[in-house]
Formats: sequence, C-alpha cells, structure tokens
Amino acid sequence: MNGKLATKTIVAIGIGVAVFVILNRFAAIPTGVPNTNFQVSYAFLALMAVVYGPIAGALIGFVGHALTDAIVWGSVWWSWVVVSGFVGLAIGLVAKKIDIENGVFGLKEIITFNVTQVVVNAIGWMLIAPSLDILIYVEPENKVYVQGAVAGGFNILTVGVIGTLLLIAYAKTRSKSGSLDAEA
Amino acid sequence: MAEMLSYIERKSPIHNLTGATKLLCFVMWSTAAMLTYDTRVLVFMFLASLVIFQISKVKIREVSFVLILILFFLLLNNIAIYLFAPQQGAEIYGTQTAILTLPGNYDLTLEQLFYQLNITLKYFVVIPTALLFIITTNPSEFASSLNRIGVSYRISYAVAIALRYIPDVQRDYKTIAVAQQARGIDLSKKEKLATRIKNAASIFTPLIFLSMERIDVISNVMDLRGFGKNKKRTWYGYRPFQARDFVALGLLLILLVVSLVITFNDGNRFYNPFV
Repeated sequence: MNGKLATKTIVAIGIGVAVFVILNRFAAIPTGVPNTNFQVSYAFLALMAVVYGPIAGALIGFVGHALTDAIVWGSVWWSWVVVSGFVGLAIGLVAKKIDIENGVFGLKEIITFNVTQVVVNAIGWMLIAPSLDILIYVEPENKVYVQGAVAGGFNILTVGVIGTLLLIAYAKTRSKSGSLDAEA
Repeated sequence: MAEMLSYIERKSPIHNLTGATKLLCFVMWSTAAMLTYDTRVLVFMFLASLVIFQISKVKIREVSFVLILILFFLLLNNIAIYLFAPQQGAEIYGTQTAILTLPGNYDLTLEQLFYQLNITLKYFVVIPTALLFIITTNPSEFASSLNRIGVSYRISYAVAIALRYIPDVQRDYKTIAVAQQARGIDLSKKEKLATRIKNAASIFTPLIFLSMERIDVISNVMDLRGFGKNKKRTWYGYRPFQARDFVALGLLLILLVVSLVITFNDGNRFYNPFV
C-alpha cells in the first residue's frame, strides 16, 4: 500500500458513507423513550471499521455523519460529527488485532471488540461530544452531559448487540484458512 | 418516505459560483458563527444569510420540510436548556433581572431569555447557508472542488462515490423493506420491541451484505481501469475560478475577520447589554 490508500478502502468509504446515511435516515429503531433511537448505523460503522480499518472507519463516521446532518437537518452539528469520526477511527485501530478476513471471530474476539467499543463510545459521547458542545455553543453543562450519557448508552447497547451479531455473520461468510483437508 | 435535500439545478449568482468557492465560504461562515456569541454580529449574519437566500432563487417551500424539522429540534433544545439550567444566562451576563417569579430555581430572567435567543440565533445563522450549499452545489462538481482545495483525489473520489450511491442504496433499502413486509414482517409499533429489532435486522442485514459485495465489485472495476496509478487526475465536473469567485471569497474573509475583531476586542465572546 506504501502510504497510498488502497482502491478497496476508497470504495469502502464511499459506499460505507452512503449506507451510513440511509441507515441513519430510515433504519433507526425507536426505543420507546421519545427522540431516542437505536442507531443501527453505529453498529454498521463498527463493522466497517473492523473490516476495512481505521482510516475507513474514521472517514465513514465523519463524512457519513456530516452528510446525514446536512441532508436531513440542513445544518451540521460539528461537535457530534467529530465524535462519529473518532469512534470509527478508534474501533478500527484496535480491530487490527481481530483477523476477521480469515473468519476468526470467536469468544476472545467478541470480548476484545466489546471492551473496545464500550470504552471508545464512552469517551466519545460522554466526554468529547459534551465538551465540544460547551466550547462551541456554551450550552449548560448538566444538559449536555445528560444528553451525551443517554446517546452514549444507547450506542454502546446498539453496537454491542447488533454490531457483534453483524460481525459474527460477516465472519461466517469468510473461509477460514486451513479449513480444507486433503482426503487420504 | 420522507424526502431528503438534494441539488436543484437553476440559474442564479449562487449556483454560478464554483463548488470550491461555496465550500470555502461555507467553512468560513460556520467558523465565524461558531466562534462568535456577539448578538450584533449574529443578527447581521442572520439578515445577510436571508439576503443570500433570496439571491439564490431557492424557494422556501422547496426546503420547508427540513425547516419544520429544524424548528422543532430547536424548540426542544431550548426547552431542555431551560429545564437543565434556568440560570445559565444570569451566570454568563453577571446580572439577574427576574421578570417572572417561579418556584425553585426557575425564576424567568431577562438574561436567560437573551442567552437562549443567542443560542437560537447561532443555529439560525448557519441553517440558510448550509441549505444553500447543499441545494446549489452539483455533487460531481463538489468532488472536484474538494480535490481543488487540497484534499487528496482518492478521498475526494470516495465522497463522489458516496453522493453517487446514496439514491441506489436508498432504492435497495426500499426494495428489501417492501419484500420483507410482503412476507408479513411488521415494523410498526404494534410489535414488541425485541420482535421489532429482529424484524428490522431482516432488512438492514441483507442491505449491509449486499453493499459489501458491491464494494468488491466496484473496487475491482476501478483497479482494472487503473484507478490511483497517477499522482493527479482530471475531473469532468471541473470549472475554473472566475472573478465572482474571488469577490465572494474576499467578502467572506472580511466578514470572518471583522466578526472576530468585534467579538473579541472587549476580551469576551458575549455581547452584554445588561451592564
């Protein structure tokens, strides 16, 4: 690759952003709490970050979130967009330890993935997003921290359940190396 | 299904600016709006954005569905701010002029009203320009603009792919959703939450795996055609800079500098009418 982005990563970013936007727009599952949804898009973001790496993860999160805000809301909430990029990047970085391309996603990998996503989501939504809200908009502290905690909590839950299931499903589509035996 | 914003072709001075100009102008505009909290600057920018909106010949009803969403969100946001911090305004402006006595900490103060007016203005200032940026910028030209202002052409191309495939993915989503509903899968609130999640999964799982196959196909095609071999590439949607682009950029730069000077010259981001 020598510093240049592989074609596959570029396409993964492009299509990933498109799917992220559509999932954000149409595939949010209401939780029962008003205005709070299980955002399937973040489970998808985690899957893409694990499969295509940190650069793809960061850009799908960043561009995908900015684009969703822009075409659905007509304006971009940069403080939260940055966090989406951060989540994709961080999950992608740790995921180098997970050999998903060879279909390896057992208990050990599930634990690695989930510990990572909990830590990353917590830092992102409960720390970075509210701090940026205060810095840019000078919104009240307790309000933004409660918002961040709710959003972060739901994202952790979504990525933990749906993200893990997606990764297991993806791993099954890959053939394990050494899975063929020569018949005697 | 709800609509989304997209490019509307039309002849107007705003449409005529190149995508790169509009992108840079939008970045400067939102930077100014993000940094300042000075009411005078905000009011001026808001009025200016209405004028620009008028020039662009975009009609209000073309964006009204988005505007309603935004206004609703801002209303909720304002209520939340008041519930969580009814005295934030008094804290920022240093005085407390109660106009309505309410139980607990909830005295309604002039400062709070003024502070919330400012927050709302801060959002309002960005909304018309963001809408315009999306509506008046041709997606294929936008990718070439990104490349133009220094983003690597590989990343610019990724953005071009995203914009190109959003309608396709949306169509896939609808097709899958309709097919699954024909099989009796219920997505409405009648189902229990757990069942609803399972049912939603029967739509987004095929969509995700279909898209991942698509990534393989498209990247193979691009590799076969030698994508990424050279250091530069040309763009079909490219348009050269003209005098009007420099004028627009110059005006925005002046606006950014002046707004920062006005905002920060008294050592405080806030304009305080109370002292």
